[in-house]
Amino acid sequence: MEWNFAPVLGSMDILLLGLLNTLKVTGLALLFGVPLGLGLALSRLSQMRILSMVAAFIIEFFRTTPPLVQLFWFFFAFPILFGVNMTPFTTAIVTFSIQSSAFFAEIFRSGIQSIDKGQWEGSKAIGMTRNQTLRRVILPQAVKRMIPAFMERSIELLKTTTLVSTIAYTDLMYQANDIAQRTFRPLEVYTVIAVIYFLLIFVFSQLSIVVERRLAKSGEGTVH
Amino acid sequence: MTELVKVKNLHKSFGTLDVLKGINLTVEAGETVVLLGSSGSGKSTLLRCINFMETPTEGRVYLNGEAVGDDVNGKMRYKEADLCKLRSRIGMVFQHFNLFPHMSVLQNVMEGQITVLGRRQEEAKDKSMAQLQRVGLAEKASEYPSRLSGGQKQRVAIARALAMDPEVMLFDEVTSALDPELVGEVLKTMRQLAEEGMTMICVTHELGFAYHVANRVLFLNQGEIHEEGQPQALLKTPKTQRMREFLDGHALFKLPE
Repeated sequence: MEWNFAPVLGSMDILLLGLLNTLKVTGLALLFGVPLGLGLALSRLSQMRILSMVAAFIIEFFRTTPPLVQLFWFFFAFPILFGVNMTPFTTAIVTFSIQSSAFFAEIFRSGIQSIDKGQWEGSKAIGMTRNQTLRRVILPQAVKRMIPAFMERSIELLKTTTLVSTIAYTDLMYQANDIAQRTFRPLEVYTVIAVIYFLLIFVFSQLSIVVERRLAKSGEGTVH
Repeated sequence: MTELVKVKNLHKSFGTLDVLKGINLTVEAGETVVLLGSSGSGKSTLLRCINFMETPTEGRVYLNGEAVGDDVNGKMRYKEADLCKLRSRIGMVFQHFNLFPHMSVLQNVMEGQITVLGRRQEEAKDKSMAQLQRVGLAEKASEYPSRLSGGQKQRVAIARALAMDPEVMLFDEVTSALDPELVGEVLKTMRQLAEEGMTMICVTHELGFAYHVANRVLFLNQGEIHEEGQPQALLKTPKTQRMREFLDGHALFKLPE
C-alpha cells in the first residue's frame, strides 16, 4: 500500500465546493431551525392544551425518527403527497431545519424551565404580561444557560448533514464519494475529508469553550 | 378616610385544602396593617390574593372602590389584561427579592416603568434614581444585584415596587431570608414609608415592627381572622388562648430586661 495524495489535491476545488455546500446546509438549517425551535418550545409550554400537545408531538416525532428516514421521506414521499418538486437542496434545508428545530425546542424548553420561578413572580408583581416576562426577563437569562447545549447540537447537525450525499446533494461527503470513484483513491480522499471535518469541528468546539469561559466569567450566575 | 383595599368573604382552596375560609378586611388609605400567624395560617395566601398572584376561589377584592373582575351569573371572571393592570397599581415585595440578575440595579427599577407603564427612558431613569435615593441606594445604581447584600437587594426590590407609583404596598415576609443584622435596614425603610403615608399590608414575624409601626394587627389562624386590634393592646394582652400561645412562642428566648 502506498499513499498518493496527488489525485485528491488536484480535485481540491471540488472538495472546497462540497465544504461550502455543507456549511450552507448547516447554516441555513440553523437559521430556520433556531426560531422554529423557539416557537415549538413556547407552544409546548403554552397553557393552551391543544397547542402544547401538537408541539410535543412534532418535537417527539422528529427526535425519535432517524434523520435518514426523514430525508428520504421529504425527498421521495412528500412530492407524491403534495405534488411539488423537491430538489436535493430544498429537501436538505427542510429536513434539517425541522429536525434540528425539534432538538432546539428541547434546549429552549429546559433553558426556560431552569429559570427560578421567583423571576416569573417578580415580573408578574410589577404588572408584566407572560410575553413581556418571557422576552425581557426569562429568555435573556435562559439563552445564556443554553449556549453550551446549543453549540453541542450545532456540531451534531454539521455531522448529520453528511446524509444529504445520499440524495445527491453535492456536499463535502458527496464530492468525496465522487472523487473516490473517479480516481480509485478512497484511502486518500476519505482521509482528507475526515481531516477537514475534524478541523472544522475542532475549531468550532474550541470557540464554544472560549465563549463558555467568557460567560462564566461575566458572573451574575446567582439567581437572586 | 377612603377604603383603599377591601376584601369581602375571600376563600381560597388549593385542591381539597381550604387555606382561606371567608376573610373580610378593609384597609384605609395611609394605614399600615400587619398580618401575623403561624405558617399555614393563610397570611401569605391572603396577601397574594389581593394582587391576584393567586386567584381567589370565592369572594371579591376591591381596589380604591373598584371591584376586580366581572361577575358573570355569580361566577367571577378575570381577564389577564385587567389583572396585569391591577398588579401594576399594587407594589409587592417578596421574601426572596426576585430581582432580575441580568439587569443592573437601575435597570431593575426602570423595567416595569418602561415595559408596563410605557414611560420614557429619561422619565423612568429620573424616577428610579429618586426611589433609589429614598431607600438609600442611589450610589449602587450601576451595580448588578449579585454584588449587593441581602438587605440592599431587598431595598432595591422596594424601590422597584415604589417606582411604579403603587396605591398600596404588599410585603410578604420580606426580612425572613435576611441575616439578622441586615433585618434592621429593611425594617427602617418600611417604617419610613409608613410614616410618609404609604398604605401597607405586611406579613411578618417581626413583632417589634408590628408593635411600633402598625396601625392595626390581624392574627390569622386556620384561614380565618382570629383576632384583630391595635398593636399595643393586642400584642400585650391577647384575648384568645391561641394568640397567647403564638406570642409566647416568639418570646421563648427573650433576653432578660
